[in-house]
Amino acid sequence: MNFFKRYARNYGALIGLAILFVVVVLAFAAPLIFPVSPWQSVGDPLLPPSEDPAFPFGTDMLGRDIAAGLAYGARVSLLIGVISTAVAVVIGVSIGALAGFYGGRVDDLLMRFTEFFQTIPAFAMAVVLVAIFNPTIVSITLAIAVVSWPPVARLVRGEFLSLRSREFVQAAVVIGQSGPRIMFTQILPNAISPIIVTASLMVATAILTESSLSFLGLGDRNMMSWGFMIGAARTMLREAWWMSVFPGVAILLTVLAINLIGEGLNDAMNPHLRGRKG
Amino acid sequence: MMKTRLSLLAAAAGLFCAGAVGAIAQEAPPVKGGALNMIAQPEPPMLMVGLNTQGPTLYVGGQIYQSLLTYGTDLKPLPSLAKSWVVSDDGLTYTFTLQDNVKWHDGKPFSADDVVFTADKFLREAHPRWRLIATTYVDSITSPAPNQVVFKLKKPFSAFLHAFELSSFPIIPKHLYDGTDYRTNPANQTPIGTGPFKLKEWKRGSYIHLVRNEDYWKPGKPYLDELYFRIIPDSASRAVAFEKGTVDVLRGGDVEGFEVRRLIKLPEVENTTSGWENYAPLVFMQMNQRSMPFSDKRVRQAIMHAIDREFIVKNVFFGLGKVATGPFASTTLYYTPDVPAYPFDLPKAKKILADAGIKPADYTIRLMPLPYGAAWDRMSEYVKQQIEQLGFKVVIQGVDAGGWSQKLADFDFDLTFNFTYQYGDPALGVARHYLSNNIIKGTPYGNNQNYVNPKVDELFGLAAGAVSKDVAAKAYTEAQKIIVDEVALGWLYEMQNVTINRKKVKNLVRTGIGLNESMDEVWISK
Repeated sequence: MNFFKRYARNYGALIGLAILFVVVVLAFAAPLIFPVSPWQSVGDPLLPPSEDPAFPFGTDMLGRDIAAGLAYGARVSLLIGVISTAVAVVIGVSIGALAGFYGGRVDDLLMRFTEFFQTIPAFAMAVVLVAIFNPTIVSITLAIAVVSWPPVARLVRGEFLSLRSREFVQAAVVIGQSGPRIMFTQILPNAISPIIVTASLMVATAILTESSLSFLGLGDRNMMSWGFMIGAARTMLREAWWMSVFPGVAILLTVLAINLIGEGLNDAMNPHLRGRKG
Repeated sequence: MMKTRLSLLAAAAGLFCAGAVGAIAQEAPPVKGGALNMIAQPEPPMLMVGLNTQGPTLYVGGQIYQSLLTYGTDLKPLPSLAKSWVVSDDGLTYTFTLQDNVKWHDGKPFSADDVVFTADKFLREAHPRWRLIATTYVDSITSPAPNQVVFKLKKPFSAFLHAFELSSFPIIPKHLYDGTDYRTNPANQTPIGTGPFKLKEWKRGSYIHLVRNEDYWKPGKPYLDELYFRIIPDSASRAVAFEKGTVDVLRGGDVEGFEVRRLIKLPEVENTTSGWENYAPLVFMQMNQRSMPFSDKRVRQAIMHAIDREFIVKNVFFGLGKVATGPFASTTLYYTPDVPAYPFDLPKAKKILADAGIKPADYTIRLMPLPYGAAWDRMSEYVKQQIEQLGFKVVIQGVDAGGWSQKLADFDFDLTFNFTYQYGDPALGVARHYLSNNIIKGTPYGNNQNYVNPKVDELFGLAAGAVSKDVAAKAYTEAQKIIVDEVALGWLYEMQNVTINRKKVKNLVRTGIGLNESMDEVWISK
């Protein structure tokens, strides 16, 4: 049974994929659907949803289109989610692979370094980093990456530790392959499944972290983001629920979709579950 | 020309109601006794108003300390610790006669010596605004009689009689402070004043409790027995405390703007925007004129036309303001509405730039928001989008309160927002933003935008040194016209702080310093 069939047996994962597809399309098409900047007032302030057909999701206190905010917010959320995860995975895999493969002092040194990061609460550290380096999209992405790589490093180290003593690795050593080559061509491909699953869930966490930062006013002030929209609207929850509810639902759906996909990937890639009935 | 707004009507109605209640209050005799509950937000660092002039310090400390004069809502000087005063014809000698039988809270008699000590020693050292006035204008301070103080000036100063308000000139007890280090004096923790209430207990983080001063110099007053200033750090909880009746009074800024709209509609509640005339905070944009694009006055004019200030007041600040026409708040002395107007007109703004041959796309403007909360952030976003419509690139540079103050004081900004108190007379609170000799690093409240016009310097000097009000008025009118034409600052709106109280609290706001006034006439009906 091939990968896609196994994935498709998990209906939740299919729904997740569908939702994420919509979000991705929305993110890419945002400038086409909403040619005017999401920061621009386009209608009367505080229009409730569907009161004016031009603004199906209503407008905020400055007359900005909530729908445009949602579309442009999707760009920021996905961009930060994917890039910060990619950076975190690169850092985590490098450190974990070196520690797991070489063991001994290298392992001790790298793992103490990792634990140093693990002992600091991730969100608090992200807040501090963003506050120090002024909130811009680059600093936020890097801050999220910096706080989210340690679990990947631990995971990869564990995988490398167990795979290192397998026969195919010893065979590679015997025929004289170099350390880095063994790491990249022999061990890493066999450890890739859990990394992909972890990474997919990290995207969701990164989106949540970015939203929380923006909610606290530590977002990039020149980029429209969902967390920012909620943060700006929360004081007026009693008067204009739509300003905070729609971006909240957007975050919920996106994070849920990515989690469902992660679970589907886990099922599809986990050899122990290959015989499981959907 | 301006649209009449519902909120303004509501504010006017509030004023009218307050007036009507005042009239009834005079008919019904005041009732003695009772406790008034208020909020000190945030908790003041100390109550010694001579050393700290933050809002909450003045609010609580105003019940303990008093000044020589106070000012009506029309800014006319009124007696406080001085019962009368005479100004010589040449404008150089000010003679104050003090109230009789005034005692400090510790029982010691109050006399002219205290006033001389306050003016010549204490405030000269501890109070930057008084120090400036004293060094520039005051020649000598003497007390020819135990109830008389005479200020002799080196040269006339038309604003001098407006410099004796609580936040500028609180009277300090000489017997506790003379010869001590003022800042470390233990008396700061147990404030001793002449006011209608004495400090009983300050439970940090919980409340400040003041009780009636039985020896108060106004016979039979104050009416109230106790004052409680509750400390409630969370804004939503403060609104709930008022709704539940835990507190009877909300001062401007105690609750968020959108809560104000809701709370003033509660039954048995009245509100007023009066009581801030002497402070008259005015919000403005500060455009750094050291370099292009803001060094060109046509750019500044275009930006004024590009911003719909009615929109800002209505949608960002919940209608709690009035669009400003120029540098002077409309409630202060020497204000003239007869200045160039900048109605919202985007096509005109673009035309001004085009005629001037300025290509906005060549410039990136750093916009530094005032970090005072959500509404200020919304205003930055609105101003950004409006300026971007002219073609400029605008980047918002988020900073914290310390960073804002630092960057503004170091002139490291392109565009930011600010607001300052005006203190009744333009020479005290307004001129500082426009005088070229006030372009000094180190404070965010000077001429940080680098506005230079020798004619304006001359007019402000002429007005400040005038003996006759007419001469001052003429000079100030001309100065306003020039400043507004050159858009020295981008005036946005006059803040309207709303005082909300239960109707049973009578006589609450009586003067232009509002709730900082001694509450010796306030009473609670049963």
